[in-house]
Amino acid sequence: MMHRRPPIPLFIVMLGAFVVATILGVTIGTVDIPSRAVLELLAARLPLLHLDLPYPDKFATILFEIRLPRVGLMAITGATLAAAGTTYQGLFRNPLADPYLVGIASGAGLGATLVLSSRVYETSIGLQAVPLGAFVGGILTVAIVIISARVGSSTPITTVLLSGVAIGSFASAFTTFWMLRSPDGLWRAFNWMLGGYAGGGWTPIMIVLPYLIVGYVILQLNARSLNVLQLGEEQAQQLGIRIERTKFTLIAAATLMTAAAVSFGGLIGFVGLIVPHVIRILAGPDYRTLVPLSVLGGATFLMFCDLAARTLLAPQEIPVGVITALAGTPFFIFLLRRLKRSVF
Amino acid sequence: MNTMSLTNIDAGYKTRQILHDVNIDIQPGNVLAIVGPNGAGKSTLIRAVTGVIAVTTGNVRLGDDDVLSMDVLERARRMAVVPQQAQLPDNFTVLEIVLMGRTPHLTIWASESQADYHAVQDAMNSTSIDHLATRPVGELSGGERQRVLISRALAQDPEVLLLDEPTAHLDLKHQEEILELIQSLARDKCLAIVVTMHDLNQASRCADLVALLANGRIQALGTPDQVMTSDHLSKAYEVPIDVVTHPYYSTPLVVLRGTHQHCATEQFAERGTLVPHTPPD
Repeated sequence: MMHRRPPIPLFIVMLGAFVVATILGVTIGTVDIPSRAVLELLAARLPLLHLDLPYPDKFATILFEIRLPRVGLMAITGATLAAAGTTYQGLFRNPLADPYLVGIASGAGLGATLVLSSRVYETSIGLQAVPLGAFVGGILTVAIVIISARVGSSTPITTVLLSGVAIGSFASAFTTFWMLRSPDGLWRAFNWMLGGYAGGGWTPIMIVLPYLIVGYVILQLNARSLNVLQLGEEQAQQLGIRIERTKFTLIAAATLMTAAAVSFGGLIGFVGLIVPHVIRILAGPDYRTLVPLSVLGGATFLMFCDLAARTLLAPQEIPVGVITALAGTPFFIFLLRRLKRSVF
Repeated sequence: MNTMSLTNIDAGYKTRQILHDVNIDIQPGNVLAIVGPNGAGKSTLIRAVTGVIAVTTGNVRLGDDDVLSMDVLERARRMAVVPQQAQLPDNFTVLEIVLMGRTPHLTIWASESQADYHAVQDAMNSTSIDHLATRPVGELSGGERQRVLISRALAQDPEVLLLDEPTAHLDLKHQEEILELIQSLARDKCLAIVVTMHDLNQASRCADLVALLANGRIQALGTPDQVMTSDHLSKAYEVPIDVVTHPYYSTPLVVLRGTHQHCATEQFAERGTLVPHTPPD
């Protein structure tokens, strides 16, 4: 029986783009490191291989302490936001849904701002407390949104959306109020929102990666349910989907992933909105394919954007969120016009 | 295959009870048509049986099993629904939509097996849509979409098939095709089929049993000959209704007397067919 072919050529092309983005990301910067040097420096770290390399010490320092962690964090952040965006768009059956839809951005922003303007920030653990504040703020906000959206024993999707908008606005307003009360924290909070906390070496990766892995596995396992949910909740229930449990699982997984990503990556827009749509245009509507390709696409896209952010006006850095919008939107419009059909 | 029995069913929404003391048995291989005016509770009955809305009292049994306490997955394995005006995501293909019918038979870890594809192929053959497999559902006509929905329900491999106004918004040819399909599914697959309908003449022709609902209560239950009487229908619909004999099928033919009694009577009198329907002995 004829079935939609798995988009293997697309997967190969996207994997190639991912590899290219990684190579460019680690080789290009204020100090260019030749790709051969990157490969040899990586090989030298392998056990049992003792290479005597002719490169200056700063190459190894820049590669292992700065570039690789930064490229890795961008890849993980992009993958996470795209996977969460795909999930929210499917769950809410709304093409405008993005990972920040249910108030996580406002909550994380509030959490980070409270830490940045508090005395905790002046102490030795100050910098590490910012991502934690953002994470807790994001999770708490989504929890409040979900609890307020409960109607009897169910959580209607429309009520979640409305509650997300209302509580998100409240959190944003409170953040603005708090920033005005604490001018010192204002600039720091603004910086975090635009650019996150990319200078933390490998620690952020070690913290965020488990969320991405566990979240991804949960989303992939529920991808078929997400397909059936496109029929609407009533039909999905009649086809054997446990609606409330599935909704809770998917929202929890996507929320935890997003909270972990934004706590270090800042509030990067457009990745979670546009990457899932581009993948949907290229690969079709099946979430079993959409989820893994969004992970790959989100990682690649954000790595390229970060590269542009670091190099276009070097030595000045452009906030990566600015690049994601500037680069992502024209490409998305181009694809939409070219296909001239509904994608959702 | 098991008999489905609805006993003393009361059901409705938070602020309003719709169904009162509904009692129906439906045997495998039979088609039960549920008819009645708008708001009588026809769709509510289907939603209550399938667990979408709560049943406040009474029970639904399938053989010896209590349907209302069944896990949602088990219920979907045994009962399938063809909803009214169902939304289908345009970009999915017909095959992908019909494959969704296998959802209750798959665990979270498993992907579709050869057996699942066979079941889907069988369902698509039964509904004559195998040639549409790779077409996006957004490109289908109303009749084709209805067949896709029936096919998806068959892919669930159920004992009971519930269809909510399956001929609504279809032209006459497609209505006829769907009615024939419903009858053949009951006969060939020995399914117990419950179908809600607005067209009383279609119900007369395709159903083995008819339940006439009005104000959430069963006004009459039995064969079309027993239920489709002028008295029952006029009372349920609150308009004068005549029942004569269908010239081709000899089934009850419902004629709305309405405000044009004189005109209708003359026309039928000319053809010599306006005689009250009498059930065959």
